[in-house]
This record gives sequence, C-alpha cells and structure tokens, in this order.
Amino acid sequence: MLLLAFDTATPAVTAAVHDGTAVLAETHQVDARRHGELLLPAIDQVLRAAGVDKHGLTGIAVGVGPGPYTGLRVGLVTAAALGHALDLPVHGVCTLDAIAFQARAEGLAGQPFTVATDARRKEVYWASYDAEGRRTEGPGVDRPAELTPAARSVGAGALLYPDAFPGAHGPEHVSAGALAGFAAAELAAGRELLPNVPLYLRRPDAQVPAGYKAVLPA
Amino acid sequence: MADEPLVLGIETSCDETGVGIVRGTTLLADAVASSVNDHARFGGVVPEIASRAHLEAMVPTIQRALDTAGIKASDLDGIAVTAGPGLAGALLVGVSAAKAYAWALDKPLYGVNHLASHICVDQLEHGRLPSPTMALLVSGGHSSLLLSEDITSDVRPLGATIDDAAGEAFDKVARVLGLGFPGGPVVDRTAREGDRKAIHFPRGLTGKNDPEYDFSFSGLKTAVARWVEAKRRAGEEVPIADVAASFQEAVTDVLTRKAVKACKDNGVDHLMIGGGVAANSRLREMAQQRCDRAGIRLRVPRPGLCTDNGAMVAALGAEMVWRDRAPSAFDLSADSSLPVTEVHVPHTHFHDQAYDALGGGAA
Ligand SMILES: [Zn+2]
Repeated sequence: MLLLAFDTATPAVTAAVHDGTAVLAETHQVDARRHGELLLPAIDQVLRAAGVDKHGLTGIAVGVGPGPYTGLRVGLVTAAALGHALDLPVHGVCTLDAIAFQARAEGLAGQPFTVATDARRKEVYWASYDAEGRRTEGPGVDRPAELTPAARSVGAGALLYPDAFPGAHGPEHVSAGALAGFAAAELAAGRELLPNVPLYLRRPDAQVPAGYKAVLPA
Repeated sequence: MADEPLVLGIETSCDETGVGIVRGTTLLADAVASSVNDHARFGGVVPEIASRAHLEAMVPTIQRALDTAGIKASDLDGIAVTAGPGLAGALLVGVSAAKAYAWALDKPLYGVNHLASHICVDQLEHGRLPSPTMALLVSGGHSSLLLSEDITSDVRPLGATIDDAAGEAFDKVARVLGLGFPGGPVVDRTAREGDRKAIHFPRGLTGKNDPEYDFSFSGLKTAVARWVEAKRRAGEEVPIADVAASFQEAVTDVLTRKAVKACKDNGVDHLMIGGGVAANSRLREMAQQRCDRAGIRLRVPRPGLCTDNGAMVAALGAEMVWRDRAPSAFDLSADSSLPVTEVHVPHTHFHDQAYDALGGGAA
C-alpha cells in the first residue's frame, strides 16, 4: 500500500505519504487563506521527500471535512482530479476522525473524548468518540454552549471556547500523517471509507433578493 | 513546440463549469455543466451554490470533453485555466483541478485571464487574430473596450463600465418587466416583438465632456424602472415588448458607437465582440451595419462561444504554447480581481522557496 493523504478542512495544509505501516513523509503548514496555493507544492514535495513516484501510488486519502468550504473544496477537487488523472481510488476520511486518531496516538486512548474544530460564526464542527476510538456522535455543527462534550476534548474549536470545553488541548489541526494512518488501518481491516464528497453540514448561504425594489419615492 | 498544440482549458469563474479542448485554432470539444437553474430563483448567481456545483461537475465534465475530442489526457500539450477575474471560491475550484491534472500528467500549466480568453476564442471561428485587434467585451460581469497587440502578452484597457455591466442591466430590466433570469436572452426575444423607437431611453456617458470609451448603464436601468413604474401607477398597461426593444436599442447604440469610435481613433480595422451579451441579436446587427459603414471588419464568434466556456480558455492556452510563453508555477493563485493587463500568470520562480517554506520532510 502506498497512500497519498492530504487535508484542507482546517487552517492546516497538510500532506503525507504512508506505506501501510508507517508515515514516510509529511508536510504541515498553517495558513487558512492559502490552501489553493500551498497544496499542490506540498504534495509534490512530500512525494519527493518520501522518494515515491506518483505512478507508484495505490490510492489517495483525503479529508472530506467538515470544514470551511472554500479551503475544503481545494482538497476535494485536487483528490478527484488526481484520482482521475492517475487512475487511483480516492478514499474520503472525516477530518474529525483523523484528529481523533491522532489524539489517541498522543495519549487519549482508553477514554472518551470530543473533537471540535472552528466552524466560524461562533460555531464548532464536532464529533465525540468512545474509549475504543469509535465515533459515537457527530459530525455536527453547533454553538459550543449547546453541546455536552466528553470530559476531555481536543482541536482548535475546543481550545477557542474553553468555557464549553474545559481542559481542552491539542492536537489543534489535522495532520495528514494521522489521516493516512487512520485510512490505512481502516483499509487493512477491510472497512469502507467515505466517498470523496464534502461534509458541508450547512446549506449554502443564499439570500433571495426581497422582490423588486421600487426606485420612485413612495 | 507543436505547431498545433493540443490544450485542455478549464473555466470556473462564474456559474458554468466549462472544459474545452482545442488543437491549435481548431475546436475539438466544448463541454459545459451549468448551475444556472439553481440560481434562477435568486435572480442572480449565488457564489456558494456555484462553487459547490463546480466541485461536483469537474471530473465528469473533463471526461466528457476528452471523450468528445477522442483523445487521451496523456496526449495533451498543456492545461490552461482561468486564474481570474471572477468569483474567488469558484475560480479556486478550477485552478486547483487544473494544477492537479497538470502535475499528475506532467504537462505545463497556464493560468490565464478570463477577459483575454473571451477575445482569443474568436480564433476558433475566424482564424488567428490580426494585430492589433479592438475588442468589445460585454457580459453580466464585464463591459470593456480592449486593444490587443498580442493576445498572449499585450492587452490594454481603453475603457470600461463605471457602474453596472451591460449584462447586469439586462438582468435588472428583465426583473422590472417580470421576464425572469437570466435577462439577456429573454429581453432579446421579447424585443423582437417591440418597437425600438417607442421610448427614447438615455445613452450614458455620451456627452461632449464624458470619457470617450467608458460606459455607464446604471442610469439607463433606473430610467427604465421609473418609466415602467409610472405606467403602472397610472393604471396603464406596460408595453413590455416596446420597453425591452427600446432599452436594448439604448444599450447597443452606446456599445457600438463607442467601439467603432475606438477603432477609428486608434487606426484599428478589426473589431471583435465577445462575452455573453455578444449573443444579442440586435447588438450583432447594429455592429455589423456600423462596421460596414466605417470599413471595419467585424468578428463575432457564434453565440455558444460568446458566453463563458472552456473552449476560450483552451484557445488562449494553445496560443500560449504556440508562442512559447512561460508556464505558471504550481503555487498559482486564483485572483478574483486579476487585471486585464495580466494576460497570463507565469512562473514566479518562487516555488523552490515555497517548497522550503513548507517545512516537514522525511519522517
Ligand atoms: Zn465572461
């Protein structure tokens, strides 16, 4: 297995190559406004660093959010186009699941916890996990005050609202290495991943113009 | 480089996902997926809806274009994409896709200007553009007079709208008349039944001291709305076809008058008209009459190539390859306000530094 993984659903632009056993190379840069500029160079660089030719890849794993849409779409359309051009399967991974995988690797294994990322507009994208790391609730998008998170929580959304998420800590953003690790483990276990379709969770903002406005004074 | 470069072009600046394939100046495929019906009930393009539709349509539209052209992606000599101007989120979907295809297929990437593409598309219809060419671009997003010496490197703006684009005025007048969205085609159709001399609507910026090549359609739009409202208030029936025809006459009068004047003033004997409004039948007719009288050769692509499409991007991309222009780097950004003078966005020589700046490396 040689997986190229990347994610643009959080402020991080991150890419990694995974051989089914371990991460061979990973890049991580935080710049919420430049996903479009940074992603392809990051992919190119991570393959060079891993010493892997793109034609040797066996699949692509991409974070399908939830996350702010403009950045999120950069990852998804890149994955779709690479999959098409290189004739590779594209596996979608819920970005919150990848953060959860990383949090467990960093010490949260064996206890329930909540992952929350920043959804802007005073809301968070969130999901909760049990002691075995299985997602039990979410993904959802809500105001922090309306949630009852687990005793432990991780992610930039949790860190942003300490009142709602007491004792929140890192990882802040997703890392493609963790996303690749999660995808590799699921694939090895024979489980299906998600389709390459964004988890928007919100309907598009679209205000219907309030009828035709008269120009003559009333 | 190939005499007849084979180039795929991607256009996502507004609500159409366009993918075109050209060989030199020959059109091989022009696939379009439009989200226009999803916007109709809002009376205008909703950016988030457009961006979502581009993501869904991208790969299927590329495949459709390749199938129509009967080529394999690996046959291509380059990938071109609209880098701007346009809706930021919509552009970004196309730019990201183009980069991924170019990188995966080891083909040069050309980030090109949407307005220059509107001009260059005429090469698919009438052969290579003469130098210089005067271009009048009119659509829902732009109304500009441009002088091009070389469509891959030298496009100069002579004038532009100072308020609404011509196409916007069509949309707004269509709304006033209750004709629906988009306004261009329906106003054109309705106007055919009307008297274009019935009402004399104002011609913006045609006074002695007004800027010669700039346009203004906001006052015209308001004048039409006032006229219609006054009729309605008086309890009279609104002669919809006459209003549509008279409004359309005012728009096309100003556009063609200024375009022909720009040609004469600058000693240019070719006028190209592009953009969605160039599909308007009265504009085409009046432009032909006035150009004939002034001894100017008029070039207008067929209506399907005037609206936003991928073929126009491919046409400019092929010209870039043919003229050996530098490709774009993979850190190419989508620029919603890309100036028309930036016909293409070449290699910045920054990308080695960009790689270094990314950090990370072997784990
Ligand atoms: Zn256009």
